Amino acid sequence: MKLHEYQSKQIFSKYGIPIPKGRVAATADEAKQIAKELGSRVVIKSQVLVGGRGKAGGIRLAKTPDEAGELAGQILTMEIKGLPVRKVLVDEAANIETEIYLGITNDRAARRPVMMASSAGGVEIEEVARLTPEKIARVHIDPMLGLREYQARDIACGIDLPREHTRLFGQIALGLWQAYVDCDATLAEINPLVITSENQLLAVDGKMLIDDNAQFRQPALFEMRDLDVEAPSEVEARRYGLSFIKLDGNIGCMVNGAGLAMTSMDIIKLFGGSPANFLDIGGGASAEKVAAALRIILADPNVKAILFNIFGGITRGDEVARGILAALHEVKTSVPMVIRLVGTNAEEGRQILAEAHMITAETLVDAAKKAVAVATGAPAAAGG
Amino acid sequence: MSILIDRHTRLLVQGVTGNEGLFHTEQMLAFGTNVVAGVTPGKGGEWVLGGKVPVFDSVKMAVDATGANTSVIFVPARFAADAIYEAADSGMDLVVCITEGIPVQDMMRVREYLDQRQVRLVGPNCPGLLTPGECKVGIIPGNIAIPGTVGVVSRSGTLTYEVLYALMLVDMGVSTCVGIGGDPVNGTNFIDCLQMFEEDSQTEKIVMIGEIGGTDEERAAEFILDRLTKPVVSFIAGQTAPPGKRMGHAGAIIEGGAGTAEEKIKALRNAGVEVARHPEEIPDLLKSR
Repeated sequence: MKLHEYQSKQIFSKYGIPIPKGRVAATADEAKQIAKELGSRVVIKSQVLVGGRGKAGGIRLAKTPDEAGELAGQILTMEIKGLPVRKVLVDEAANIETEIYLGITNDRAARRPVMMASSAGGVEIEEVARLTPEKIARVHIDPMLGLREYQARDIACGIDLPREHTRLFGQIALGLWQAYVDCDATLAEINPLVITSENQLLAVDGKMLIDDNAQFRQPALFEMRDLDVEAPSEVEARRYGLSFIKLDGNIGCMVNGAGLAMTSMDIIKLFGGSPANFLDIGGGASAEKVAAALRIILADPNVKAILFNIFGGITRGDEVARGILAALHEVKTSVPMVIRLVGTNAEEGRQILAEAHMITAETLVDAAKKAVAVATGAPAAAGG
Repeated sequence: MSILIDRHTRLLVQGVTGNEGLFHTEQMLAFGTNVVAGVTPGKGGEWVLGGKVPVFDSVKMAVDATGANTSVIFVPARFAADAIYEAADSGMDLVVCITEGIPVQDMMRVREYLDQRQVRLVGPNCPGLLTPGECKVGIIPGNIAIPGTVGVVSRSGTLTYEVLYALMLVDMGVSTCVGIGGDPVNGTNFIDCLQMFEEDSQTEKIVMIGEIGGTDEERAAEFILDRLTKPVVSFIAGQTAPPGKRMGHAGAIIEGGAGTAEEKIKALRNAGVEVARHPEEIPDLLKSR
């Protein structure tokens, strides 16, 4: 889950990281009022969960409260990369001398968090890593010990931070680490961390990604989830514990298991079709869950056929078959379905489906070919 | 021979009284796995499955009473890290964690702890292991593989079953199948399994099933090129996956342009690995090696 800039910075602030004075506004009047209270030049920053806000005109500098109100009004009517701007952050403008990057993420290969810093702040770290890798200082963090103070000093030296800032930089680094741990983050990033002309350190922009697996112990954070960033069908899917991603094709997929779901998409493509979605109904799928999955797939008007590929392990074939029938009873669709059930209790499942005259398939290739055929309007023999 | 599990495995089930734990314990018993104990805190002294499996309050008590040497974990995600620590501290040779959805920061600490104690973990978020004809630990259906000489290692669950099933349909048998799981931080990895298969006298050929995300397949490709003498056939899932979207598994995400199926396939082909276009091609590719 992605947090907005303002949410991330509020969290950073709780961990002693200095952030600009400012607040979030949902209307032009609010933005004007905040600018008036701040009594200085302000930056109006669109709060959308995509990169490239500045280039899209979603970050503007205002010299007066009136200008702040006017610019906020403009930004609040914008869409950036398809996402509507619903809130703007009105921050006191900083007098920036130097921009630094400071972030923590998980290094999968090392199986540890890694803190990275660069003197080339304000630029995406991936860009810096590609163009000037020597400008990045990094330390791996022992997950048992946490970030040590000496490591923060090493990072400061590594980016040639002026010595007078080492102490505060260390506090910021340790604060960022603690926020990362406490929030179950998979990314916590300050970009840029600036040195102002008043010689202060300030986290001007911030970003956090939170581990979706940690929802059970981070209820407050997950209440902050912004649903605009996701397709409504993906939000609906999550309610039922389904993993769903909408794609552009016309063959709906309902598969148990993420790897097999990806494979089913790949094989549809291989035989000339185009998948409409990724959908993993997960382990132990109930009839209710399968019915929900079917409704979500059928909500997409592009879907011309549905491929069910269920290989029983934790998921029981008879349960899946009953789910399909219950859902069809409820949804009533003319979209053709190709069904392949193998594994635990699959025979019971196939028996149940045989009564409903579904198109069945023996192999994965057979299933994919039949799905592609019916999606393009060609007849496929019912009953396999 | 086989790897990691065989007829000498004495299995303990953590979370034995839960729905999934109970269902799969029954399946494992029916397969012939020697399930010697179950653990559910607060239910010590009970028996499950018609008196076949005694339940203990702790792993330590279960080990003392039964001599269990392998543990399989079915407890919910919020208790799973603790269950792994408990298994590790009770002297297990092998811990297999089926549970899905463990926070990655928990897993980084778990992995660090296990490495220090040299305890082997398979998973989490995995289907477990299967040595056809001898032992199954986890949830892989027992009736979709026959004993033989192909070693299978996979990051996926049901996709693994798909491959086992395709092999069985052409009478190709399996030495051991290891599902290493789809999380970004896990225990046993591809390279560990490739090494074990290389050393296993029963295994003649190896199937490696990867997916998008991370760089484990690329590193496995390097290892294959440098160290492996046995032929490897591979399949990589997620060729049509869009970047930046987590495809179900926490580990299956293309990030910052890295972890694509294309790169993995290229690295594997460079290492002399035959890469199948779809899982049902794997048996033919094995025959040609």
